[in-house]
Amino acid sequence: MAAIFQGVGAAAALSSSPSNSFDSKKFVSSPLRKGASFAVVRSDGRVNLNPKGRRAQQLISNAVATKSDSAAASSSSKPGHELLLFEALQEGLEEEMERDLRVCVMGEDVGHYGGSYKVTKGLAKKFGDLRVLDTPIAENSFSGMGIGAAMTGLRPVVEGMNMGFLLLAFNQISNNCGMLHYTSGGQFTIPIVIRGPGGVGRQLGAEHSQRLESYFQSIPGIQMVACSTPYNAKGLMKAAIRSENPVILFEHVLLYNLKERIPDEDYICNLEEAEMVRPGEHVTILTYSRMRYHVMQAAKTLVNKGYDPEVIDIRSLKPFDLYTIGNSVKKTHRVLIVEECMRTGGIGASLIAAITENFNDYLDAPIMCLSSQDVPTPYAGTLEEVTVVQPAQIVTAVEQLCQ
Amino acid sequence: MNSASCAAKISTQPFSLNPTSPASHDRPLVSPKPASLFLGSTRKLRLSSSSKLNLHRRSGTVVAVSDVVKQKKSKSTHSLLITKEEGLELYEDMILGRAFEDMCAQMYYRGKMFGFVHLYNGQEAVSTGFIKLLKQQDSVVSTYRDHVHALSKGVPARAVMSELFGKTTGCCRGQGGSMHMFSREHNLLGGFAFIGEGIPVATGAAFTSKYKREVLKEADCDHVTLAFFGDGTCNNGQFFECLNMAALWKLRIVFVVENNLWAIGMSHLRATSDPQIYKKGPAFGMPGIHVDGMDVLKVREVAKEAIGRARRGEGPTLVECETYRFRGHSLADPDELRDPAEKAHYAARDPITALKKYLIENSLASEADLKAIDKKIDEVVEDAVEFADESPVPSQSQLLENVFADPKGFGIGPDGRYRCEDPKFTEGTAHV
Repeated sequence: MAAIFQGVGAAAALSSSPSNSFDSKKFVSSPLRKGASFAVVRSDGRVNLNPKGRRAQQLISNAVATKSDSAAASSSSKPGHELLLFEALQEGLEEEMERDLRVCVMGEDVGHYGGSYKVTKGLAKKFGDLRVLDTPIAENSFSGMGIGAAMTGLRPVVEGMNMGFLLLAFNQISNNCGMLHYTSGGQFTIPIVIRGPGGVGRQLGAEHSQRLESYFQSIPGIQMVACSTPYNAKGLMKAAIRSENPVILFEHVLLYNLKERIPDEDYICNLEEAEMVRPGEHVTILTYSRMRYHVMQAAKTLVNKGYDPEVIDIRSLKPFDLYTIGNSVKKTHRVLIVEECMRTGGIGASLIAAITENFNDYLDAPIMCLSSQDVPTPYAGTLEEVTVVQPAQIVTAVEQLCQ
Repeated sequence: MNSASCAAKISTQPFSLNPTSPASHDRPLVSPKPASLFLGSTRKLRLSSSSKLNLHRRSGTVVAVSDVVKQKKSKSTHSLLITKEEGLELYEDMILGRAFEDMCAQMYYRGKMFGFVHLYNGQEAVSTGFIKLLKQQDSVVSTYRDHVHALSKGVPARAVMSELFGKTTGCCRGQGGSMHMFSREHNLLGGFAFIGEGIPVATGAAFTSKYKREVLKEADCDHVTLAFFGDGTCNNGQFFECLNMAALWKLRIVFVVENNLWAIGMSHLRATSDPQIYKKGPAFGMPGIHVDGMDVLKVREVAKEAIGRARRGEGPTLVECETYRFRGHSLADPDELRDPAEKAHYAARDPITALKKYLIENSLASEADLKAIDKKIDEVVEDAVEFADESPVPSQSQLLENVFADPKGFGIGPDGRYRCEDPKFTEGTAHV
């Protein structure tokens, strides 16, 4: 699986000519845009730039088209540097901690241990034990402590060693993190970032394989984002830290070792925007986090079979970027959602509602949603595999949708 | 005391009506019969006067305040604990708390405020005793029983009353209500509806104080945070987790337990294996102090110690104030479970009456002085009601404000614009 990921990453990083196509509202977003107008990943691993005949039209911008960031467009002069996703997160965190002394980290084993997924490696040595605070095992209380610190002027980044552990902090996250700005009449801001790895890993068992985005999505007053590439991991981390709102950043246990080349210069990814991964004509596939890679793998097969899927990594789980999504729906008229959340009450369920509410007239077929089974993730590998959506299912779904 | 055969009586009358000794207001408590029907602690709650602990040992010390007061008094039997100005300040603050809460009850029954309103009558000594020692930059974190904490911290009575009436001029623009009093200006960090959830927030504020000093190099930052909460909260995980963290990092915080013996209808003894809460401090490495919470001067003496300790960076303290609420848990509570004899016992120890007596007996103030204050406070409270009455109710335009500090958090709509850029956003009717 790692090879495939790296392959996709490599393809994504290909850049031969500068392009302004994907410029987002204010900030540089996907690396795909910097390069070729589009790249089609073929099943044989070759990357075909500009396949002739199939698509003549230009790529649309994925959000409000405003002034292009010409500095980023001419990034071919800056080669960037290659790193793994957890290093990208670390880099983002480190840069923000250097930039603003009020940024601090709290969590279990973030300090001396360097973080159980090494996201905070080396930071305690550099910034000290108070800025990278090793907390006792008391999620509810140290999350609340982070909130109290945020109210009184600091900008904490609270790490849940595994997102699932933050279930213990639900009281603080829902009541205080989300609502306190409102109930105080706007007097106190909570510029906190709550982050951690979640999702189904490799036989980690049910409790370590949870997807909390569905539980948190109803909390008013918070934003949720999910990173999926080193580029957007660093960008979202920085944007989340700089945001005045409380942001929950969802990482995935299996994506920490993805490698990608990212720019040297300072950049952030807009928290509210989705990312166009692969433009297409026939069907809109909405996904996020790890499922993006299953979708891209399925895309290879689909392209071979003659389909042209448009893949959007929604990135912003709350709120949804209805502009990017809407433009895509208006173009393709068919929507497939591929997510790792449970079928019941997941992000997909909310997305279906939002799309139906706003773009029903543009749909030629009912929205399909592929989610994980409503089953506690089993330990056995064969069973675990079947609880999450696999590329073959995505291919079948697209075929069904495009009949 | 009555050796009642009925379990209910036993559980609700865990004390004796023996007259207390004049020097201290220790409440001699007799353990109830360990009947099989009694599901509470069988421990005696009487403080052992044989606690010959050295007052100056700071860590792990459990101190009975009667010792504190006795020691001080023996040194200079003729010096008083407070000056005239301090005395009048304390009196005024307690009268404000009492008058305000009484007015709240009236207003509630007249339909000016709704929901859950929890009044503080009887506990004024704790709020006044502690909060009047704080600076403006010190923080206070409270619970749903927060009106008087807000007033003591300096939030104007008008702002609190308006908030209760749900008006835009309330301290939280009418968005918080009785249980969520916040004031940035006065560093009142809430007002929390769920018990225990304010304690981590208080710990966070104390953490910021340490951070400011050590990381941001604000060398003179010594802000102290007070966390107020009740006896019921002391069985909650967040309490223990925060005691641990505060002691571990020597945070500038004082944990003030307002033990009024009742969590709605649950007697402290029926809920707690070891009801002596102050003893739990040393388990975490901080002093635990028990004080008579019906005596504002005693509370103030202990508070001085505890706040001073915190300010000097010596770490947190757990202070258990034995107090009582004269009214029910909230205005919706019929208050039928508590024994009238218990209520009468504490009514006789009304902190305001006690302070008044002290001031007059020690010639710190005259009846006239105190009556003048009573009148002044009456006017303040009347004015607060008038102000609240005349203030406007929030219009719908206020609905979507303050949900996010950065309203871009509502996201991008189908038309490509941020939802908050929609003109209907400021009307409160935008689709978000």
